[in-house]
Amino acid sequence: MNSETPAAAGEERPQSVDLAAEYEASGVGEVLRELDEELIGLEPVKRRIREIAALLLVERARKSMGLSHETPTLHMSFTGNPGTGKTTVAMKMAGLLHRLGYVRKGHLVSVTRDDLVGQYIGHTAPKTKEVLKKAMGGVLFIDEAYYLYRPDNERDYGQEAIEILLQVMENNRDDLVVIMAGYADRMDRFFSANPGFRSRIAHHVEFPDYSDGQLMEISEQMLGEQNYRLDAGAKAALEDYIALRRAQPHFANARSIRNALDRARLRQANRLFTEAKGPLTADDLSTICEEDIRASRVFRGGLDVDRPSHEGEQR
Amino acid sequence: MRITQGCFSFLPDLDDVQITRQVEYCLENGWAIGIEYTGDPHPRNTYWEMWGNPMFDLRDAKGVMMELDGCRTAHGGKYIRINAFCDERGVESVKMSFIVNRPAEEPTIHMQRTDFVDRAQKYAWDVRR
Repeated sequence: MNSETPAAAGEERPQSVDLAAEYEASGVGEVLRELDEELIGLEPVKRRIREIAALLLVERARKSMGLSHETPTLHMSFTGNPGTGKTTVAMKMAGLLHRLGYVRKGHLVSVTRDDLVGQYIGHTAPKTKEVLKKAMGGVLFIDEAYYLYRPDNERDYGQEAIEILLQVMENNRDDLVVIMAGYADRMDRFFSANPGFRSRIAHHVEFPDYSDGQLMEISEQMLGEQNYRLDAGAKAALEDYIALRRAQPHFANARSIRNALDRARLRQANRLFTEAKGPLTADDLSTICEEDIRASRVFRGGLDVDRPSHEGEQR
Repeated sequence: MRITQGCFSFLPDLDDVQITRQVEYCLENGWAIGIEYTGDPHPRNTYWEMWGNPMFDLRDAKGVMMELDGCRTAHGGKYIRINAFCDERGVESVKMSFIVNRPAEEPTIHMQRTDFVDRAQKYAWDVRR
């Protein structure tokens, strides 16, 4: 069907295509708007997603008019520091590709090295294939993909998983989309050691760090979702907190902020418990005060109890 | 002789597109798919050899079709069937089963009748190639 020419097409083929109407009808506009509203910052990422959406729409229009088309390769790599929203965007990506009709089911299968690589000879291939079968018709998200390749151990089974992945990425391009994610420097090393991946991945998307202002917006959005709010003092304290936290080790962008807010809620609950004399209003229960944030160890220059950022990307 | 077991066995053989759609139907119902093969189509041969593990949590038929292709490559000259297992409480059993591959020349099933005590008759069947 790929080789059909316009001349050979039947008369029911449309003569012109209204891309704007097509855009609205596919529901892509909705996904992109959602993306704009829910994700703060990440401009280069949004731009790239818009480009991909445009490409897929045009491909679809070409197909409907009987022009020759080739399924574009959509395997992607997401690189960026911890907590910059790689997993969140991957989730949205699955929905977007589904609406554009590029993947049939639009689910996201999120895996790490453990899910792909086996523990003994002959264990890896079935394990990897199992995961691939589950991901068919959707998006396979490989978090911290560079762990698949261990250059220090030449008998590592990761290589076997890589070979199977490469084969499926090539042969089943219209069945699944593979997204690999990880920290930029290590992904670069991974790609240079496995040139096959670099050439099979069409889209390398960089996730920039958030600015202080963006992190502030993110924290307000997070709290808003949980029906909490910051009072004026707390807002100023959080701004200071973000500036200080950034300079300290293991800073993980939005994830650090989420953890900080979780701990602030903890302190707020404790404060209400110990200090409250009378009945509390809903407003008391949902307000985070300055002292809830100022009590953080970050203000004393000490290392936070935050989890080491390299340990888990998973939300 | 054409073996008629499971669904669709009185119809012409399903092609891959039709198999895919049947598998999609099974997956929509949340059934787990298993692929089995055998060289012995005797009706009493209930348990065929398993091709890999049953596939749980699949969302798309393509995964099953990949396994089916693998099984056909290895056992193209045998019977292959697809079983759909339903884990619903009170069912917990295969809900749908259909043959997706047959040998080019199918064996015949031969009936043997023997006399038994008190003029009773005993019947037995065996598969003959």
